[in-house]
Amino acid sequence: MLEPGRAKPVPTPETQHFWDGTKAGELLLQRCDECAKIYFPPRPFCPGCASRSVSTLKASGKAKLYSYVIHHRKVPGFTPPYAIAVVELDEGPRMMTNIIDCEQTPEALELDMKLEVAFVPMDDSITLPLFRPARG
Amino acid sequence: MKQKAVAVVGASETTKLGVVPDMSQIQLHADAALNAMKDAGLKPSDIDGIATAGETPQQLAQYLGITPTYVDGTSVGGCSFMIHVRHAAAAIQSGLAKTILITHGESGRSGIGRPPRSVPPDSLNGQFEQPFGPMGPPSLFPIPVLRYMKTYGITHEQIAMVSVVQREWAALNPRSTYKDPITVADVLNSRMIAYPFRILQCCLVTDGGGALILTSAERAKDFPQKPVYILGTGESVETPMVSQMEDFTSSRAFRVAGPTAFKEAGIKHSDVDHLMIYDAFAHLPLYGLEDLGFVGRGEAGAFIAGRNTAIGSKLPMNTNGGGLSYMHSGMYGMYALQESVRQMRGIAPAQVPGAKISVCHGVGGMFAASGTIIFTNEGP
Repeated sequence: MLEPGRAKPVPTPETQHFWDGTKAGELLLQRCDECAKIYFPPRPFCPGCASRSVSTLKASGKAKLYSYVIHHRKVPGFTPPYAIAVVELDEGPRMMTNIIDCEQTPEALELDMKLEVAFVPMDDSITLPLFRPARG
Repeated sequence: MKQKAVAVVGASETTKLGVVPDMSQIQLHADAALNAMKDAGLKPSDIDGIATAGETPQQLAQYLGITPTYVDGTSVGGCSFMIHVRHAAAAIQSGLAKTILITHGESGRSGIGRPPRSVPPDSLNGQFEQPFGPMGPPSLFPIPVLRYMKTYGITHEQIAMVSVVQREWAALNPRSTYKDPITVADVLNSRMIAYPFRILQCCLVTDGGGALILTSAERAKDFPQKPVYILGTGESVETPMVSQMEDFTSSRAFRVAGPTAFKEAGIKHSDVDHLMIYDAFAHLPLYGLEDLGFVGRGEAGAFIAGRNTAIGSKLPMNTNGGGLSYMHSGMYGMYALQESVRQMRGIAPAQVPGAKISVCHGVGGMFAASGTIIFTNEGP
């Protein structure tokens, strides 16, 4: 499904669980056991209160389109024009992603439109969390 | 920090700006440094502190023949030089060095002697931004813009006026890359780069450099040029990932650096005669005007479109033409500082008559960092 050539993430010990999650079809955030802050990107402590006591949390996969650009230059793995988007998850954190199953135009990409996660494999080791317009 | 305790006594850009294929990046640093030393009447042996970004301080020291007792390699993008000025002022006041040279040089266009830029795939940017197709600042920096526009009802035409007004300033500068007038229609019909931004809303990519020399205000009186005093300074950082900015309509780093500098300077916005806001892309002056408190939230678009920063206005901004029309090697902050110094010396091509206070505000990365310097030409 993905064109070859995209920059491929290389997990670190602190992010491995996130990439294991996307491969298993789960979008994993982290929540602080002390102050309840939900955060992203992954790290083994709370960026709000510095507690090392944190747990993983399976996100709903629901989000809204927060902001984006539609890129018109050639990049390996992409056919322009394509949107580089930031979505806001229902749980609060924002993440960069691409919007699939949607025309890559300002008219089709309406800010605050409802989205849902789609897990799209790059290869056997890495699956990316992309987003598509929510069904229904 | 004590006001007016430190002054700029040497300032120069590289001999040539624009396309300079006959100079490597370190030589652009050196060309600017030699020009600034000539401006101040100094030799390398007179310099005891160095600061630079892009190249390392050790490379600069060796190349120029300087033995420093003070070294600053802060490298947080284009505002590194504002932060170098801030640190240098503190260092001079605390006796770490007497005469500090700050250099910038970048073969941004020709790419001669410039290390390749890459994002490591195991960095946080490499894992959580790069896989989604960004290619450098033009694809990343404008990402917050649509949220800003929706929040405040800003129009494409208003943002296009940033480029139009700055081109008018650029026309007054012989060294500007682009001088021909442009209209809102020209901007909105120019080639799309990353919607909502088109080529005329993105900075130039050029070669060049600049250097500053700072010393104590006490010594500054003995130098050949009119001293330009440091009145206030600020700095901060937020995040290297634009997707993780706290607020897409405002920069936290701006909101820390700007007010810190104003507080230190002890001035009001109405005291400001001249303003530079680093414009790598057309939305930055909007964020800067709001985050520094010159206008209210969401008011900057109408403010600029209403020609309140244009020639003859009360708040002349980006009077060199900015990164959009003057030059932009990649780390533009040094050129903004040079224009502030020229304005305070009274020698700018688009001189603001009688200007006494200049605010120079920089950004680094994609809203990752910020530095603000407030200059004055009135001595202690």
